[in-house]
Amino acid sequence: MALLALRDVDARYGQVQALRGVTLTVESGEIVAILGANGAGKTTTLRAISGTVRRTGTIELDGRSLARCGPERAARLGIAHVPEGRGTFSELSVWENLRLGAHTRRGSTKGDFARVLEYFPWLESRRSQQAGTLSGGEQQMLALARAIMQRPRLLLLDEPSLGLAPLVVSEIFRIVRELNEREGTAVLVVEQNARTSLATASRAYVLEVGAVAYEGASADLRERDTIRRSYLGY
Amino acid sequence: MTARRSTAWIVPTLLLAGCAALLIGSLRSSLFAQQTISGLANGGIYASLAVALVLIYRATEVINFAQGAIATFTTYVAWQLIDWGLAYWPAFICTLAFAFAFGFALELVAIRPVERRGSQLTVVIASIGLLILVEGAVGYIWGNDIRFMPAPFPAHIYRIGGVAFSRQDIATIAISIASVGVLWLLFRFTKLGLAMRAAAVRPEAARLVGIRVSWMLSLGWGLAAVLGAVAGMMAAASPSVLLQPSMMDGILIYAFAAAVLGGLESALGAVIGALAIGVTLNLLGSYVSWITPQLLLPAAFVLMLVVLLVKPSGLFGRTTARRV
Repeated sequence: MALLALRDVDARYGQVQALRGVTLTVESGEIVAILGANGAGKTTTLRAISGTVRRTGTIELDGRSLARCGPERAARLGIAHVPEGRGTFSELSVWENLRLGAHTRRGSTKGDFARVLEYFPWLESRRSQQAGTLSGGEQQMLALARAIMQRPRLLLLDEPSLGLAPLVVSEIFRIVRELNEREGTAVLVVEQNARTSLATASRAYVLEVGAVAYEGASADLRERDTIRRSYLGY
Repeated sequence: MTARRSTAWIVPTLLLAGCAALLIGSLRSSLFAQQTISGLANGGIYASLAVALVLIYRATEVINFAQGAIATFTTYVAWQLIDWGLAYWPAFICTLAFAFAFGFALELVAIRPVERRGSQLTVVIASIGLLILVEGAVGYIWGNDIRFMPAPFPAHIYRIGGVAFSRQDIATIAISIASVGVLWLLFRFTKLGLAMRAAAVRPEAARLVGIRVSWMLSLGWGLAAVLGAVAGMMAAASPSVLLQPSMMDGILIYAFAAAVLGGLESALGAVIGALAIGVTLNLLGSYVSWITPQLLLPAAFVLMLVVLLVKPSGLFGRTTARRV
C-alpha cells in the first residue's frame, strides 16, 4: 500500500477551482516531484494534503483518511509541510524555530538537535540569531531543519529552489537526498526547476490547469519531447 | 538603517534621565519619595492590565476593550469569596484560577465564532459588546453600591530615613511586577510559551508544525484575564478606587496609554510605559496645583494622542529585520 494516496482530489479557492480530480501516490521512502507551470495547482496539491485548503476526494496516509484533518492533525500524523515562503518564524531565534519543529512530541529533543546539526553544522553557531535575518538560502535550510525535527514520514517541499543561487539549490537537494537515504523519509517536492527535481526524484507528475497531464519515472519523463521542450527547455 | 541607529540611544537615555531625576528628587524630599512610590504602585496596576492588552494584541492585533470589565468581574468574585469567609490569599488564588477559566471561556464563546467569520473590526465590536455585557452582569449580580475590598496586608507604614512608605504600595508594586514576571518566564522558557509566541507571529506556519492555534488564543485570553484579576484586586484595595462596577474604566484608559506608549507589541514597553504614567500623573497631581484629579484622565488621553502622532510604534515598538 502506498504511503500517500490521492484519488480524484478537487480543491477550490472561492469560485476558482484549483485542482480537478488529481490522483497521485507516494510510496514510503520514495522521492516524487510535481512539475508544472505557474498556477497549475502544484502548491494547492501540497496544501490539499496538509489540509490548509478546502478539498474533496480521497486523501489517505497509510490507508488512513486525512479528509477531516486540518494542518495541526496532519503534522501530528507525520506530515511535515515546508510551505511557500518557507514558514520561517522570523521574529524568533534560529533555535526556537527548530524547537517548534518538535512541538508535537513529548520528552527530550536533544537527540533531534544533534541529528539536525549533522545535516546543518552551521546552525550551531547561529542558534540565537533572529531567524528573519538569515539569508534566503539559510532560511530554506532552517525550514528543512525544522521539518527534520518533526521526524516526518512524509516531507512536503514547496519550491525549495525559489529565488536561490544554483549552488545553494544543489546543496539543498543534496541534503534532501541524504535525508531520504538515511531516514527513509518520503518526499513530495513541488518545483519549477524541473532539471534538478527530475535528477533527485524517482518519479514525477506533471500538472496542467489543476489536473495530472503526465506521470512516470523521472528518466522516462526526461526523454519525452513535449516535457523536454516545455519544462526542461532543450 | 542609519536613521534607526542614530536614534536608538534616545529612549534609553530618556529613561535613565527620568530615573535619575526621580532618584535625586526622592533623596532631597521625602514627600517626593512618597509620591513616587505611590505613583509606582498605581503604575504597577496599570502595568498588569496593559500587559494583558498587549498579550491579546500581539496574538490577534485587536485591542480587547472588555479587559477592564473582565478584571472587575473577577475582582467581585474575589470579594464574594472573602465575604463567604475565605481568607484573603486562598481567595486570591481561587480568583486567579477562576479568571483563567473565565477568560478562556469568553474567547471560546464570544470571540472565536466571530473571529472565524469576520474581520478584526468584528472582533473589536464583539469585545465592546463583552464590555457592556460583563459590566452589566456585575451590576446585576452584585448591585451598584460601592463595596470594600480588604487589602492583602494590614495597614503598615515603613520608615526609611524619614520617608514613610505604605506597605500597601510596596505590596502592589511587588505583586504586579511579579505577576508580569511569571508570565514573561512562561513565554520565554516553556514549550507552551514558545508555541503561543509562534501562533501569534505566524499562525499558518504554526499550524503546520502541529500547534493548535485557536487553543493558543483561548489560552492567551485566559492568561490576560489572570493579569486583569491581579490588577483588579490591587486596585480595589486602593482607597482612591474601591470596588464598584465602573472601577476599572479609568484604569483601562491608563493601561491603553501605557500599552500605546510601549508600542502595543512589547510587554516590557507596556510595563515601563505604565510605571512612567503612574509616576508622572501622581507627581503632576501633587505638585502642580491646577491639575486636579479630574484632569489626570484627559492627560492620559493627550499623552496617547501625542505618542500616536509623533511615534506610532511607541518607545519599544518592534522593528523586525526581515530578509526575503
